Amino acid sequence: MRHMLILGGGTAGTIMANKLASALDERDWRITVVDGTEEHYYQPGFLFVPFGMYRMRELVKPRRQYLPGRIKFILSSIDHIDAEKKTVTLSGGEALRYDYLILATGADIHPEQTEGLLDEEWGRSKFDFYTPKGANQLAQFLKGWQGGKLALSITEMPIKCPVAPLEFLFLADAYFTKRGMRDKVDLHLVTPLSGAFTKPTSSKVLGEFLERKGITVTPEFDLGRVDSQEKKLVAWDGTEVSYDLLVSIPTNMGDAAIARSSLGNELNFVPTNKETLKADGVEDVFVLGDASNLPSSKAGSVAHFQSEILFQNILEHIEGRPACAHFDGHANCFIESGFGKGLLIDFNYETEPLPGEFPLPGIGPFKLLEESPINHYGKMMFRWVYWNLLLRGMELPIEAEMSMAGKRVQS
Amino acid sequence: METMNVTGKAIQLDADGHLANRSDWNEDLARELAAQEGIPDLTPQHWTVVNFMRKVFEKEGDAPSIRRLTKESGVDTKTLYQLFPKGPAKRAAKIAGLPKPKGCI
Ligand SMILES: Cc1cc2nc3c(=O)[nH]c(=O)nc-3n(C[C@H](O)[C@H](O)[C@H](O)COP(=O)(O)OP(=O)(O)OC[C@H]3O[C@@H](n4cnc5c(N)ncnc54)[C@H](O)[C@@H]3O)c2cc1C
Repeated sequence: MRHMLILGGGTAGTIMANKLASALDERDWRITVVDGTEEHYYQPGFLFVPFGMYRMRELVKPRRQYLPGRIKFILSSIDHIDAEKKTVTLSGGEALRYDYLILATGADIHPEQTEGLLDEEWGRSKFDFYTPKGANQLAQFLKGWQGGKLALSITEMPIKCPVAPLEFLFLADAYFTKRGMRDKVDLHLVTPLSGAFTKPTSSKVLGEFLERKGITVTPEFDLGRVDSQEKKLVAWDGTEVSYDLLVSIPTNMGDAAIARSSLGNELNFVPTNKETLKADGVEDVFVLGDASNLPSSKAGSVAHFQSEILFQNILEHIEGRPACAHFDGHANCFIESGFGKGLLIDFNYETEPLPGEFPLPGIGPFKLLEESPINHYGKMMFRWVYWNLLLRGMELPIEAEMSMAGKRVQS
Repeated sequence: METMNVTGKAIQLDADGHLANRSDWNEDLARELAAQEGIPDLTPQHWTVVNFMRKVFEKEGDAPSIRRLTKESGVDTKTLYQLFPKGPAKRAAKIAGLPKPKGCI
């Protein structure tokens, strides 16, 4: 019996377990998934919790429910991986031998990495919305807030879902408008990027959105420390931005188990071949989703596209053939823009987000890089797609490889 | 394509104003690039950073992040920002003759 071991039963691990369960013969293969918690959260939903649009309990399901019956699920924290000996040691000391290992341990926030961020004011005047606890606390706080300066601070890149901070501000604009107190709230984006987003065309479009909604941007701000007493952000070069309410996207890092296994870079992300998804420098180890150091977006849609490529490559590998499927960095993200509207962007390593229609040229129904109500429905529908199609490893009507059809290239 | 003139020789630059050909790089050129960035003098600490950047690029094909510089070059973050004001990773890469760091989204 050979053993396929998947570390992490989140978006990427669950998709892969489902795909492999129907492809690998039960007589030859055991498949195991290890995760430290029972609850699988729909993370894209966290964005809506602070504004009371979703409640946290609507966003969580038991992990096992999404794993096929033949998969063995082990509820345990992972201590470390020994890629030489091809074993994984669990926190209780038990060692699991593998033939193939898939690392899908994701990324998490680390406020303790920034001086002054994680102190007694964390959860009082400083919040995150990337964790269930943070999003809930912020929802509580916003209900009673009388207004002031809300600074949304991105500590450093890369972060999960790089458009989520912008969406948060768009939704905040709508939320305070509906409560009749938009004039009492000053919305501010403080980012290390040179504009609203990284790629030129979308950065310009999103930048205009921010401007129209009266959201101030402080670009190229590399956060050095937070002063909770004076309520200000201080950049490494001494520049300061004050706040009354801080919504922080702290440093995102891979799991500590990756560091304990000496498999990660300075942020515990695993150096990975950006086309084949094989971990650099070790045999029979693949990386899927947020855990890798790939320059693609850390997003559920990306984990889905990657899974189609990795699935083909693992099967080829098992048969002793060279990996021939290549990941192109494809990402597809709905961007909630507030007041029941949204945008959609579709891009890869080489092609930046462009305007147009998606997926059908001239028809859509979704509009690329342009605001429309249907894009908002797309985003809200994504929760259903996530639980019912995406996690189950089903084919979605979007190809893993990005298509230029419907996109308009700017001259 | 843009060029810059250094001691009579035309050096080609890429769209970001970084060296188009890494092989053009030498220490004099580094001083010239630094001056353009408003750094009149390259101290031994500047050189530590520049040489570290070149070493990493040689091996891995991309320039290191600030976090990695801090962790491995022996120069702390605060000092990095004093040496290369406003974006040490970008500026040091330029002076080291490397393309603009790819960065992540
Ligand atoms: C606020 C927010 C909004 C987002 N919005 C979107 C969106 O609109 N669209 C989109 O596509 N994506 C979005 N994302 C990103 C998306 O949720 C992630 O990219 C996706 O979940 C990544 O999947 P993953 O499997 O790599 O990681 P995860 O789903 O996070 O899974 C990692 C798993 O590994 C387990 N694990 C880690 N370390 C250990 C250990 N040592 N021992 C045991 N278990 C361990 C964890 O418990 C976890 O279950 C958003 C994320 C956030 C936070």
